[in-house]
Amino acid sequence: MAIENILLALFYALIFPGIWFLATYGMTLEWVDRKLGAVLQNRVGPPWYQPLADFIKLVSKEVIIPKACDNVMFRNLPYFAVAGVTAAMMMIPVWNGALFSFEGDLIAVIYLLTIPTATFFLAGWSSTSPYSAIGSMRVLTQLFAYEVPLMLALIGPAILAGSWNITAISEHFARHPAYMPAQLAGFLVALLALQGKLERLPFDIPHAKTEIVGGQFTEYTGRLLAFFNLAVSMEMVVGAALLNAVFLGGGLGLTGTGAFALFMLKTLGVVLLLVVLRVLMARIRIEQMINFCWQILAPLAMAQIVFDIFLRIKLG
Amino acid sequence: MSKINVPLGPQHPGLKEPINFGLVLEGEQVDKATVNLGYNHRGVEKAAEERTYIQDIYLIERVCGICSHSHTTCYITCVEEIAKAEIPERAKAIRVIVAELERVHSHLLWLGIAAYEIGFDTLFMYVWRDREHVLDCLELVAGNRVHYAINTLGGVRRDITPEIKAELLKRIDVLEARTKYYTTLATEETTVLARTQNVGVLPRDLAIKLGTCGPTTRASGVARDVRKDEPYLIYDKLDFKLITADTCDVFGRVVVRVLETVESCKIIRQVLNYLPEGPISIKVPWKIPEGEAVNRYEAPRGEDIHYVKGNGTDRPERVKVRAPTLANYHAVPHMLQGGWMADVPLVIAAIDPCMSCSDRALVTDKAAASSAVWSWEEMRRNGIEFYRRRGVDFSKVTLK
Repeated sequence: MAIENILLALFYALIFPGIWFLATYGMTLEWVDRKLGAVLQNRVGPPWYQPLADFIKLVSKEVIIPKACDNVMFRNLPYFAVAGVTAAMMMIPVWNGALFSFEGDLIAVIYLLTIPTATFFLAGWSSTSPYSAIGSMRVLTQLFAYEVPLMLALIGPAILAGSWNITAISEHFARHPAYMPAQLAGFLVALLALQGKLERLPFDIPHAKTEIVGGQFTEYTGRLLAFFNLAVSMEMVVGAALLNAVFLGGGLGLTGTGAFALFMLKTLGVVLLLVVLRVLMARIRIEQMINFCWQILAPLAMAQIVFDIFLRIKLG
Repeated sequence: MSKINVPLGPQHPGLKEPINFGLVLEGEQVDKATVNLGYNHRGVEKAAEERTYIQDIYLIERVCGICSHSHTTCYITCVEEIAKAEIPERAKAIRVIVAELERVHSHLLWLGIAAYEIGFDTLFMYVWRDREHVLDCLELVAGNRVHYAINTLGGVRRDITPEIKAELLKRIDVLEARTKYYTTLATEETTVLARTQNVGVLPRDLAIKLGTCGPTTRASGVARDVRKDEPYLIYDKLDFKLITADTCDVFGRVVVRVLETVESCKIIRQVLNYLPEGPISIKVPWKIPEGEAVNRYEAPRGEDIHYVKGNGTDRPERVKVRAPTLANYHAVPHMLQGGWMADVPLVIAAIDPCMSCSDRALVTDKAAASSAVWSWEEMRRNGIEFYRRRGVDFSKVTLK
C-alpha cells in the first residue's frame, strides 16, 4: 500500500501530469510558438525537433559560473523554477479533474506560479552583473504590474462559481456554458497578464536582448540555462491550462480521452492567441507596461468582478 | 537610488558595430552618457595614399558597406574635378539611379533595424524581405548587391539597357507601394508610437549647433540637404521634395526616412525616363595633375565630404573622408540624457550610425603640445604589435 502510494506519487510528479508530460508538451508548444511566429513573419521557422535539439545542445555545453556570484543559489535556481511549475500543474485539471483538488487551490496555483518569477529575480540578482541586475529589477517591477490584474481576472469566474476550487469552477462553466462569453473581458485581461508572466513580446522587458542582452539570464550558460528555458516552456503549458480550466470550462463535462483531447485543443488555442499577440506588437517600456496594467487591465478586471457579482445576485 | 555604470558595447546585441557608450543609470533612467570611439580603425585614408586612383575607388568603396556608392561617387567626382574631366550626362544619370537605389536600400535597412531595436520583429522581417527587391535592382544595374563598383574614372562601368529599365520600373512600383504601407504602419501602430514619440529629443537649435547632418538634422526641422543646397550630378534637373519633420524625436527620424524612400522611388522613375543617349564614360589619363578638390554628397545617412589632393602622379597625395556618422555622434549623448535605458539602443540606431566609417587615428602628445600622423608602415607595425599583445600574430601576413 505504502509503496504503491509512493510509486503513484512518483508517477504523478515525474510522468503525468508532471515533468515528462509538461516538458514534452511544453516543447511542442514552444515549437508551435516559434513555427507559427515564423510563418506569420514570413519566415520558414524551425523543424519540429528544434526545441529538443536546443535543450540537448545546451545541456551538453560547459557551465560557466561567475566568480562573484552566489554559487549554491546560482546552481539550484533553475530546478526550483521547474519544480514550482510542476507543483502548480498538479492542481489544474487535465484529464478527469485535478490530481489534488481542494477549496482554495486557485490561490495556491497563483502562488506556485510566482515561484518561477521569484527564481528569475534571484537568478539575475545572484549573477551580480549590471545587465542581470537591471533585468532582475525589471522582473520584480513587471511582477507587480501583471500579478494584480491576473488575480483579479481569475477571481471573476471564482465568484460566479461560488468556489475557490479550479475543478469546481470549470465544472460550473461546463454546466452553464452561457456564462462563458460573459467572461470575455476577464479572459482578455488574463491572457495579456499571462503574456506578461511568460515575459513574451510586447512584455519581454526583463530580457529585452537589444537593451540588456539576456537580462536576468545573461550569466547563465549550459545546463542551467537549458532548465530555465524548459521552465519557461512548461510555464506556458501551465498558464494555458489554467486559463482553459478557469475561463473555458476545462473538459466541458467530458471525461477520459475526450477531455484530454479538448484540453490539448484549447491550450493550443490559447497559445495561438499568445503567438498572435507576440508578432503584432513592439516591446513597450517598463513604465508603459505598469501604466497599461494598472490603468487599463486592473480596472477592466474590476469591472468584470462587479459584473460577475451582479450576475450572481441576479441569477441567484 | 544609487547610480550604476552600465557599459553598452563594444560588444552588445543592440549594436551592429563596435563602439562603446558609457551609461550612468539612475534606476531605469540615463543620468549621463558618454561615447567612446576607436574600436575599428582601419587606416583607409592612409592606405589610399599608397594606391593608384583606380585602386582607390575600390578601397574607398569599402569605407562603408551600406553607402558604398556615396563614398566612391564623392571621391571620384573630386578626382574628375582635379583632372578637369567632364563626364557624359548618361553616366551622371546612372550614378544618380544607383545613388537613389542605395538610399532606398539604406533607409529600408534602417527601418528594419529600428523595428528590431524596439522588439518589433515582424516589421523587421517584412521590411528586409521587401528590401530584397532593391538589392535585386542594384544587382541588375551594377552586377553586385552590396559593393556595386559602378563608378570608374570618367564615368560608369555598366550601361542601363531598355530591358533593365523596364525591370527597374516594375520593381520600383512594388517598392513604392510597400514603403507607403510601412509609412502608415510605422506612423499609426500604437506600440511603435509609444516607443518612438518624445524619445531621443534633439531640439532644432542644438541640431544646428552640433553640426548634425542628414535625416537626423531634417527630423529636427532643419531643411538641409546637399542635393538641394548644392546640387551635384543631375539633381538640379530633378523634381523632388526635401522632407523635414518638426517633432525632433525618433518618430520624426522614422517619418523623414520612410518619406525620403518614397521620394527616392520618384527620383529613380524620373531619371529612368530622362536617361539621355550617349557614351557612359570618357577616357581620363591615369596621371592626375596637381590640384585639390572638396566635394559634398548627400549619402543616405547625411552629408559626406571628401577631400582629394593630387600631385601629378597616379597616386593621390592625400584623401580625407568625413563620413556622415562622424557629424552625428556628438548629438547622441544629448539625446540619451534623461531618457530611459530601454530607449538607448533605439536612440543610438536612430542616427543610423556606421562606426567603422568614422574611426580616425591621430597621435597627440599633450605634454609636448604636438600631434603627428603616422605613416602606413608605422600604423601596420602598431597593428601587429597590438594584436601580438592579445595573442594573435599577424606579422607573417604580407600585403600585396
